[in-house]
Amino acid sequence: MMEEEKNIAVKDSSKSPTKEVIMEIKDLYKSFSGHKVLNGFHMKLHKGENLVVMGKSGSGKSVMIKCLVGLIQPDTGYISVMGKEIKNLDRETLDELRSDIGFLFQGSALYDSMTVRENLEFPLRRHKEKFGKQTDTKALVVEALENVGLAHTIDLMPEELSGGMKRRIALARTLILRPKIILYDEPTSGLDPITSKEIIELMRNIQSKYGTSSLIITHDVDCARVISDRMILLVDGINYAEGTYAQLSQSKDPKIEAFFKK
Amino acid sequence: MNFKTPKKIRQWLIEIGELSYFAARFFKEALRPPYEFNEFLRQCYQIGYRSLSLVLVTGFIIGLVLDLQSRPTMIQFGAVSWMPNMVGISIVRELGPVITALVCAGRISSGIGAELGSMRVTEQIDAMEVSGTNPFKFLVVTRVMASVMMLPLLVVVSDALALFGSALVENIEGNVSFQLYFNTVFEVLTYTDIIPATIKTFFFGFAIGIVGCYKGFYSKKGTAGVGIAANTAVVMASLLLFVIDFVAVFISNIFYDV
Repeated sequence: MMEEEKNIAVKDSSKSPTKEVIMEIKDLYKSFSGHKVLNGFHMKLHKGENLVVMGKSGSGKSVMIKCLVGLIQPDTGYISVMGKEIKNLDRETLDELRSDIGFLFQGSALYDSMTVRENLEFPLRRHKEKFGKQTDTKALVVEALENVGLAHTIDLMPEELSGGMKRRIALARTLILRPKIILYDEPTSGLDPITSKEIIELMRNIQSKYGTSSLIITHDVDCARVISDRMILLVDGINYAEGTYAQLSQSKDPKIEAFFKK
Repeated sequence: MNFKTPKKIRQWLIEIGELSYFAARFFKEALRPPYEFNEFLRQCYQIGYRSLSLVLVTGFIIGLVLDLQSRPTMIQFGAVSWMPNMVGISIVRELGPVITALVCAGRISSGIGAELGSMRVTEQIDAMEVSGTNPFKFLVVTRVMASVMMLPLLVVVSDALALFGSALVENIEGNVSFQLYFNTVFEVLTYTDIIPATIKTFFFGFAIGIVGCYKGFYSKKGTAGVGIAANTAVVMASLLLFVIDFVAVFISNIFYDV
């Protein structure tokens, strides 16, 4: 098993991210029916950085990531993406900003009633001007599919794809608008170890090809080890610990150790 | 005095309030560009064309059965020659619109409820939002508009088949020619029968579409929520149809003094 894990190289730390903050959260609070989910969470994502947020189920990871793109409104807190505070944006500006943020959903979230091609064309309906009006949509779709090695699935329906293929198509859909930031919500959950490795490898390739910054929500330690520049451990809605994988994995704190136990 | 509203009534009132807010949002979004015309056409096909066979069969059988059941009584009263009049008015004014709408509530409302519910729990609606498309406009406005436009057409087709079913019985049992049957029906029908009945079908279509979308769009509790959304959409839409029907008849009686 260890041999297999070593097949994926751990991230090259020489390609360090810049210090420019591309996304920032301060004092984020969110509760549902009196139950506090986020309790003063804060983080900064730097340009070119891969930041992993780990936490147990129900620790507020997915709520936090959805607050970042305005899918959930926080109770209080400051969220800024590329220098723009989310809560001050009107719908038009928020949609424009969203074209620079890719979001890979936990369950892929491909549109059931559309083919793979239509799924990939969907984000372009609203944001085609980003590439110029004369852009060939088909070429963009094919390129995005080639990036994930699934160009042959272009006319298939999502129901004809395996779980891993769906996740890769979802990644291609995320990429089609060439986002500057990609948010990954449990990118390897529900996948077998081999497919998980393929997805992680893809994430790394995308980052090196397009220079994106990534915020990865996961509880997959292997994924965090391979891809993270920095990690935040989220416990009870707050930042419990922060550091590199190497720093955190050697911690003797029982709560931190619990994350890294196999 | 400490008066507490029973929980069920409170929930029901909240539901009515939320549905009204949802309907108001529909009008706001429907009037604002961009318009999702292609999706609207696709929904017209899904809602209209795909419901056609069901509506045709239902309409035909309703006409057939209504005639067969009423005929013996009409013979007893020596009024069998009034069959086309009675069936024609019953079908056009009440049975055609209401039964077609109920059948469509079962098919369309539950279908929309289940589809949007499943899109909600699998985060497809969130994905749409994140990709910069307004999911309310793309999913709700198009479906409700298609339902409003298609239901009157389905009712017309259903009415025609119901009258044909009745004419068939009259032709076999009473030797009444199709020409005589339809001439009698169109002689007795007036605008006061047709106009209110047609207007109310637009409201039926709106109720079917909006309830299905509301239940699906706010579906909760995972996959179980999808089933609940589909089920409650049919129940709520059916109830709403009867309320609309009552109000429509009440109002048309005032205007046309029948």
